[in-house]
Amino acid sequence: MTTPVAGRRVPDRLISPARRALFSWETLLFVIAVAVFLANTIASPYFLDPWNLSDASFNFTEKALIAFAMALLIIAGEIDLSVASIIALASTVMGAAMTAGFPTPVLVMLGIGTGLLCGAFNGLLVARFGLPSIVVTIGTMSLFRGISYIVLGDGAYTGYPDDFAFFGQGYVWWVITFELALFVVFAVVFGLLLHATSFGRTVYAIGNNATAARFSGIREGRVRFVLFLLTGVMSGIAAVCLTSRLGSTRPSIATGFELEVVTMVVLGGVSILGGSGSIPGVVIAALVMGLVTFGLGLLNVPGIVMSIIIGALLIGVIALPRLWSMVKR
Amino acid sequence: MSLLFKSREAILALAILVLLAVVAARFPAFVTPGNLANVLTDTSPLIILALGQMAVILTKCIDLSMAANLALCGMVAGLMNIAGVPLPLILLAVLVLGAALGAVNGALVWGLRIPSIVVTLGTMTIYRGVIFLLTDGKWINAHQMSAGFKAFPRTFLLGLPVMTWIMIAVVLAFWLLVSRTPLGRAFFAVGGNAHAAVYTGISVGRTQFAAFVLSGALSGFTGYLWVARYAVAYVDIAGGFELDVVAACVIGGIAIAGGAGSVAGAVMGALFLGIVKNALPVVGISPFWQMAISGSAILIAIAFNARGQGPKGRIILKSAEHRQVEAGA
Repeated sequence: MTTPVAGRRVPDRLISPARRALFSWETLLFVIAVAVFLANTIASPYFLDPWNLSDASFNFTEKALIAFAMALLIIAGEIDLSVASIIALASTVMGAAMTAGFPTPVLVMLGIGTGLLCGAFNGLLVARFGLPSIVVTIGTMSLFRGISYIVLGDGAYTGYPDDFAFFGQGYVWWVITFELALFVVFAVVFGLLLHATSFGRTVYAIGNNATAARFSGIREGRVRFVLFLLTGVMSGIAAVCLTSRLGSTRPSIATGFELEVVTMVVLGGVSILGGSGSIPGVVIAALVMGLVTFGLGLLNVPGIVMSIIIGALLIGVIALPRLWSMVKR
Repeated sequence: MSLLFKSREAILALAILVLLAVVAARFPAFVTPGNLANVLTDTSPLIILALGQMAVILTKCIDLSMAANLALCGMVAGLMNIAGVPLPLILLAVLVLGAALGAVNGALVWGLRIPSIVVTLGTMTIYRGVIFLLTDGKWINAHQMSAGFKAFPRTFLLGLPVMTWIMIAVVLAFWLLVSRTPLGRAFFAVGGNAHAAVYTGISVGRTQFAAFVLSGALSGFTGYLWVARYAVAYVDIAGGFELDVVAACVIGGIAIAGGAGSVAGAVMGALFLGIVKNALPVVGISPFWQMAISGSAILIAIAFNARGQGPKGRIILKSAEHRQVEAGA
């Protein structure tokens, strides 16, 4: 930072809003999304088909549902690495209830309820007892999935009722799947929550300076708790969708989801250190990741190679702007 | 006496003794010297990695790529063995490769100031993916490895296998490093108070870089030990082991916020997990309990460690906080 020299004109506004919007992270992401879309269209003749694209949306919808809540959590300066394990536990609870003969509405409620309880457990440890969220959720990551392993061992729950299949396999209208509709609805809900409510402002305030937020009367512990609760609930909803789509529950379900969710959030322009980010960014990041994995899948690239690309993407999107600003200096 | 009870190491040692006593009460054969030596050997990789992780955590970072690094170096060791490279060269190669992989993490943390959790979450998937690229997902089985390659860590020397002696040597070297060298003290200084460290002439980034190189080199070397001992190498060896390593450190009282911890703590944290893992089949509990138990152990350990820390807020908020807590309870 240079101090303004006397006599030099100091602009009253550093960057105009239009210019800022044009050069924002979201715009860049959007351009990337369009580029990937076009590249896929050229690379594979099977890409530009409404039904194929609809199928491809499963690549990201479940993860994106969690990513919305995770974005708020990361903006507030916390993180939840246990989301994939919450899915495993919620799915196991649903499987056990299904085996006991409960109908679909009860299964859904149990799945979401399990997510809620897991989120409350994380939130309690972080917000009430002041423990660091990284270790807490690394702990609950093994605990939640560990419970699934205790219940299921190397077994599996299969044979979910037919009407349960709707959540992961059903269509709302034409090619619009139930999951895609859910994705749109929650994108709007979380977008409004973060950008148009006072709760959203407190999330930013806590992420930028928790002490200052506390001194200005924000009940930061309560906000953190609610955010963990939200992440748990969204993981529960993702568990319902994923279990319904796969039609079975194994304790290894959704392994590695936490990485992809965090990648999606960071790719969406949310600062991993907290304090900044937006839901539109996360939405576009979800689309980019979905398009990339689907396009690579059409080109017969194996899953583990895609995970290399996801990993490189995660580091690359943070590294490149920093490298760029270092080169410029 | 009261000082003894306040020390984390003493409490942990007590916990280990109680654990052993409980198991021994029903299965006296578990605590025979021969079996305890087996447990020690079995826990050696965890102890070595926990020490590397300890160095990283002391500097306020975290290395989640250790298990992937281990797997990649183990695979490279296996491939070199098939190619007929002599053992000393293989040992040197895994050490250098492991250090190089760690240096990648360290460089991203040091040079670009990317949070270590993001860096290592990314490199974790990349390193594992590279194993797949190297091998196309094929396994290296026992019959493909030379006898000398497999025998080295299992050769008995003065009543203990070479692997155990290596672990003991690493523990001693680490104790010397941490307590008797400038670099070891710098680990604590950087994690304890980064600003103060800078004023005393310690480069925070370079110290973190050194910690990552160290943890990488230890992971790489353990990769060879792992592959040689279990006589098999494939993409997923030591999958999820990074969590066990973090768990060992957290249980051992290494503060995740950096700057506090001891070699004895890390070793005992690892031993605690190793004893649990080996005792489970003996007392007739399914190994599927392991994951949930280490998760619970992490949570209990952090809750326990946090108890000793001072109050977080400023004094003027104390009364308000009290009222809030009472209202909430």
